[in-house]
Amino acid sequence: MMDVRVAERQTDLEILRYNPEIAGEPKLERYTVPTKTEWCVLDALNYLKDNVDPTLTYRWSCHMQVCGSCGMMINGEPKLACKAMLRDYPGVIRIEPLAHFPVERDLVAVADDFLAKLKRVKPYLIPLEKRLPEDGEYRQTPAQLKRYRQFAMCINCMLCYAACPEYGLHPKFIGPAAISLAHRYNRDSRDGGRDERQEEIATAEGVWECTFVGACSEVCPKHVDPAAALQQVKVASTVDWYLEHFMSWVQK
Amino acid sequence: MAKSNKPIIWGAFAAGGEAVSLVAPAIILLTLLAAIGRVPPGLSYEQMHSFAAGWFGKLVLFAIVFLSLWSQAHRLRITCFDFGLRADGLVATLFYMLAGAASLWLILILGNI
Amino acid sequence: MSRYPYVREVSPTTWYFRAPRYMRYMTREVTSIFIGIFTVIMLVGLSRLSEGQAPYEDFLAALNNPFSVIFLFLALAFALYNSFTWFNVAPKAMPIQVGEELMPDIVVAGGHYILWAILSVVILIWAGIF
Repeated sequence: MMDVRVAERQTDLEILRYNPEIAGEPKLERYTVPTKTEWCVLDALNYLKDNVDPTLTYRWSCHMQVCGSCGMMINGEPKLACKAMLRDYPGVIRIEPLAHFPVERDLVAVADDFLAKLKRVKPYLIPLEKRLPEDGEYRQTPAQLKRYRQFAMCINCMLCYAACPEYGLHPKFIGPAAISLAHRYNRDSRDGGRDERQEEIATAEGVWECTFVGACSEVCPKHVDPAAALQQVKVASTVDWYLEHFMSWVQK
Repeated sequence: MAKSNKPIIWGAFAAGGEAVSLVAPAIILLTLLAAIGRVPPGLSYEQMHSFAAGWFGKLVLFAIVFLSLWSQAHRLRITCFDFGLRADGLVATLFYMLAGAASLWLILILGNI
Repeated sequence: MSRYPYVREVSPTTWYFRAPRYMRYMTREVTSIFIGIFTVIMLVGLSRLSEGQAPYEDFLAALNNPFSVIFLFLALAFALYNSFTWFNVAPKAMPIQVGEELMPDIVVAGGHYILWAILSVVILIWAGIF
C-alpha cells in the first residue's frame, strides 16, 4: 500500500467578483476546486482560473512572498495569497480584494493612491555628500545597516493599508508602508534627505493620522513593523518641533 | 502641506501615557480602598496634607495630574473620532480647553495647600 | 480605457467590529474615559484637601458608595489594561541598538515592568498598605 503524503481535498472558495463593464455591486460567488493540502490559496485560484473560470482576475507574479502582488483579504484578514496555506483554512475560504482600496475588477485593488503617496515620500537615497565614481563607494558599517535594515524589507504589498483602520477612515493618510520607507531612508547613514521627507510625513496627513492601532505590524508578511517606524517618526518629529520652536539655534 | 503642530499635544500625551501607565493602577487601588471604607493611612488628611504641602509632593502631584489630563484629553479626542464623531476640530477644542482649564485649577489648588 | 473602480465604504461608527484586533484597540482607547474621569476625581480630592480637614474627609466619605466602588473597580481594570498595552509597545517607540545588535523588545518592555513594580510598591508603602 502506498503512503499518501499529499492529501487531496475539495476546497470551497467564496470569491468576491466585480465586473466593471457591468453596472452593479460586487457579488460573492461560490466555487469548489480539488486541491492538495500543501497548496496555498494562490494555487487554488490558479487552478480555478485554469480549469473553471478563466475570467477570474487577480494579480500575482512570484508565488514566493517577494513580489508583493497577491495581497487580498482571506477570511477578512489581509494576506498574501502565496503565503496563506490551505491547511490553515479548514472551512469555506472567503476571498476579497484588499480592504480600503477601490476594486478595479474581481480581486484586483486599485493601487494608484498608494503609489502616488510612495512617490511623495522620496523612498530613495538622497546622498548626504555627493561622490563621484572616482571618490569610491558610499561606505557603511554593519551597525549603520542594522539601524534601518528591518524597514528596508518592505515589498509594497499594501497589506498594512488594508489592515489600518485609520487609512480606511481618512483616505488622505500617507499610511504605514510609505512612512516606514521614508523612515528607512531617514535612518540611513548615507542619506541627507530627511528634511525633504519631513515636509511630507510630519504633516497632518502624515504620521499624525496614525493612532498606533498596530494592525499594520500584525499583518506585515515581511516583519517590517511599520507601527514601530511610525512611532519613531512621531518621537523624532516631536523633538524637531521643540527644537524648531524653542531652541532654533540647535542643529538638528 | 505645512508641518503639523501636533507635537505639542503629542509630547504631553506620550509623557502622560508613560506616567499614567506607571502610577495610575496603584493610585486607583488606594482610592478604591478608601471607597470601600478602608481609607489607607496615606490618604488620611494629615499625611496627604503634609505631602501636598511640601515642594516635592506638589511637584509629584502636579506632574501626575497635569500629564494625565492632557494625555486623556488627547486620547478622548481620538476615541470620539474612532466612534464616528467626525467634528474633530470641535471635539479637539473642547477637550483641550477642558484640559487647559483643569490645569489652571490644579495650579491654584496646589498653590493653596 | 475607461475605468469603473468600485469603492467600498468604511462605516465610521461600526468599523471596529470587523476584527478582534480593532476591538482590543478600542478597549485601549476607552481606558481614557475611565482614567480621565478618575483624574477629575483626583482634582476634586486635591481641591477639598486645600479647603481643610472637614471638606477633605467629606470627600473621602462621599467616595464610600456603591457607584464609586463600581466605577473605581472598572477604572482599575482599565488602568491595568492601559499599563500592559503601554509597556508592551514601548519598545517600538524607543528601540535600543548596542553596536550591531538591536536589543530584544523584552529588554525595554521588561525595564518598564520592573519600574512599574517598584513605583507601585513605593506608592503602596508610602500609603501604609504594607
